[in-house]
Amino acid sequence: MKHVDWTAMTVFLLFFALVTVMGFLASRWRRADDAAHLHEWGLGGRSFGTWITWFLLGGDLYTAYTFIAVPAAVYAGGAMGFFAVPYTIIAYPLVFLFLPRLWSVSRVHGYVTPADFIRGRYGSRGLSVAVALTGILATMPYIALQLVGIQAVLDVLGVGGSGNWFLQDLPLFIAFGVLAAYTYSAGLRAPALIAFVKDALIYIVIAVAVIYIPMRLGGYGHIFDAAQHKFATPGADGKPSGSLVVGPSGQWAYATLAFGSALALFMYPHSVTGVLASKSRNTVRRNMAIMPAYSLMLGLLALLGFMAIAAGVSKGAKGYNSQLAVPQLFADMFPSWFTGVAFAAIGIGALVPAAIMSIAAANLFTRNVYKEFLKPDATAAEETKVAKIASLLVKVGALVFVLTMDKQAAINMQLLGGLWILQTAVALVAGLFTRWFHRWALLAGWAAGMVYGTWAAWGISSKATKHFGGNTKVIPGIGETGYIGLTAFALNLVVAVVLTLVLRALKAPEGTDETSRADYSAEAGDEAVERAPQPAVAH
Amino acid sequence: MPSSSPHVPTAGAPPAVSAARVLAGLCLLVPIVVMMWVPSYSKVTPKLGGMPFFYWYQLLWVLLSALFTSAAYLLIRRDEAARRDAAAPAPTTAAAPVVPAPKDGGRA
Repeated sequence: MKHVDWTAMTVFLLFFALVTVMGFLASRWRRADDAAHLHEWGLGGRSFGTWITWFLLGGDLYTAYTFIAVPAAVYAGGAMGFFAVPYTIIAYPLVFLFLPRLWSVSRVHGYVTPADFIRGRYGSRGLSVAVALTGILATMPYIALQLVGIQAVLDVLGVGGSGNWFLQDLPLFIAFGVLAAYTYSAGLRAPALIAFVKDALIYIVIAVAVIYIPMRLGGYGHIFDAAQHKFATPGADGKPSGSLVVGPSGQWAYATLAFGSALALFMYPHSVTGVLASKSRNTVRRNMAIMPAYSLMLGLLALLGFMAIAAGVSKGAKGYNSQLAVPQLFADMFPSWFTGVAFAAIGIGALVPAAIMSIAAANLFTRNVYKEFLKPDATAAEETKVAKIASLLVKVGALVFVLTMDKQAAINMQLLGGLWILQTAVALVAGLFTRWFHRWALLAGWAAGMVYGTWAAWGISSKATKHFGGNTKVIPGIGETGYIGLTAFALNLVVAVVLTLVLRALKAPEGTDETSRADYSAEAGDEAVERAPQPAVAH
Repeated sequence: MPSSSPHVPTAGAPPAVSAARVLAGLCLLVPIVVMMWVPSYSKVTPKLGGMPFFYWYQLLWVLLSALFTSAAYLLIRRDEAARRDAAAPAPTTAAAPVVPAPKDGGRA
C-alpha cells in the first residue's frame, strides 16, 4: 500500500546532503589555535556571538521531536497539549535571573558542564557526579526521541516500516552514521553551523503552513469547529476525547506543567552547553529577550494539530498514531516538492539537537566521571579524545534504545528525563546565589525528588502503557492534579532546607568553595575572565 | 580556601537593591504570573478570526513576554554599567562624588 513520493524524497535528500557537507566543513569554521582543548570541541571555543547563539539555542531546544509531539498532543487532546506555549513563555524570564551568573562563574573557572560548577561551588564529588549522571540519564532518551522524529518523517515518505529489520532501519543508520562522523570531527561547531539551515527551513515551513493550510481548509473558524466536533464526540470510554479550553480540573496541571518544564529546560546539559558556548554575559541576556521568536513558531506549530483534525489525516483509522499527524498533514496539503522541504526541516531538526545533546553528555562523562574518578591527571588533549569517543557511544546507545525498545519506552523515558533533570535545579540554581545549603542536604534532597518522582510516575497507567503513562498526579496536601516533576522538586527543596538546618546545627564539614562573589558577575573583558583558563581565541 | 567571607562593600558602591534591578525583576515576573493564572484565559470567547481566546491570548503573550524581557535586559545593562563606573572610577574622576550613570550611559 505504500508508495514512495520521489519528488519529496529527492528534495529531502538534497537538503540532507547539504547539511552533511556543512557538518564536515564546520571544523574549519572559526578555527581555533588549540583544537585539542575541550573548550574547543565541546564549547566551540566559547566564542559564539548573539546571532550564532540564537540559532544554536533555537536549534538545540526546539527539536524535531517537539515539532512532532506538540502538535500530536494538541491533535489528540486539544488545549492541554498547548501547555508548551506558556512553558516557553515562562522559561526565558525565569532563566534570565540565573543563567548570566552561571555563564560568568563558568567562564572565570573554566567550567564546561553544570556538574563542574557544582564540584567547584560545593567541593562535593558526590553531588557533582549525581548531577552529571542525572544529566546523562535524562539526555539519552531525548536523543532517542530525535530518531523517533526522523522515523515519523521517513514513515510518511514511504521509506521503512516494511521489509526486513535491516532495510527498514537502514535510512536511520545512515543518518546517524553521518551525524556521528561530523560531530566527532567538528564538535559543537557542526550543529552551530547546521542550525542556520535548520531554523531557516523551519521558519519558512511554519510561515507557509499557518497561512496556506487554513486557506485550503476554509479558515481558522472552520478548523476550530472541526476540532470542537471531534473532541465532543465521546470516545470508547464514553468521555469526550479532548477540549478546546482547559477545564477547571486541568488548570493546575496546565500551570504546573508549564512552570516545571520551564525550570527544567535550562537544567538539561545540552541547554547549558549552548549557553556556555556564548562569548559574553550580555550575549546570554540578549538571547533570553530574542528566543521568544522560536516560541511564537512553536505556538503556531501547535495549531497544526487542529489543522490535522480538520484535514482528516487519520482517514477514519482506529488507533491512529497521532505522532504521524503533522507529517501526514504536510504530505496531504503541500505539493510534493514543498513536502520535501518540510520533511527536511524536521529531519535536520533532529540532527542539530542530537549532535548537541551527545556533545553535552560526552562533556559530562569526560569532566565529571572520567577525569574526576578514572584519570584525574588527564591532559586537555586526552579529555577531548575521550569526549569525542563518548559522543559516539552516546549516539550508539540512543540508536540501540530506539531499535530494541518500542517507541513508547522512549517517550516514557523522556517524560521521566524531564522530571529527573528538574531535581538538579535546587543545587544548581540555589548555588548560583547562595552557599547556605549544605552539600549533603542537597544530595539528600536530590535523592528524595528522584525517588518520589519515579515512584509516582510508575503508578500512572494509560491506554498505551501500564507504567509511566503520564506526568500529572494529585499533589499530596493540595488535592489538585499537578506535574509530578514540580511536586518532586518541592519535596527536594523541603528536604534540602530541613537537612541543611540540621547539618549546620551539627557543624558538619561544609566543603571548599573555590568561587568568590565577584565571579558570578564577571563579564567578558574583565580581569578575572582574562586570567581564566583561556580557550584559544577563534576568529 | 573558603572565600565565602563577606565582602565589605566599597564606600561608593551602589546598593544591592537598586530601582533598576527591582523594575527589571518586575518585568520578568509579569509574564510568569500572567501565564500561571490559567483561569483568567481558559475560555473560548472572544474569538479572533475564528481562533478561540485561549489560543490567540497565549500567542499574544509570546510577543509581550519578549518585550518585557527586553526591557529587563536594557534596565540591567544600564544598572551594570553604573556599577562598573562606581567600582572602578577613572583616575580623572576619582575625586568626584559618585553620581548615577548618565541617562544614555547604557552602552557597554
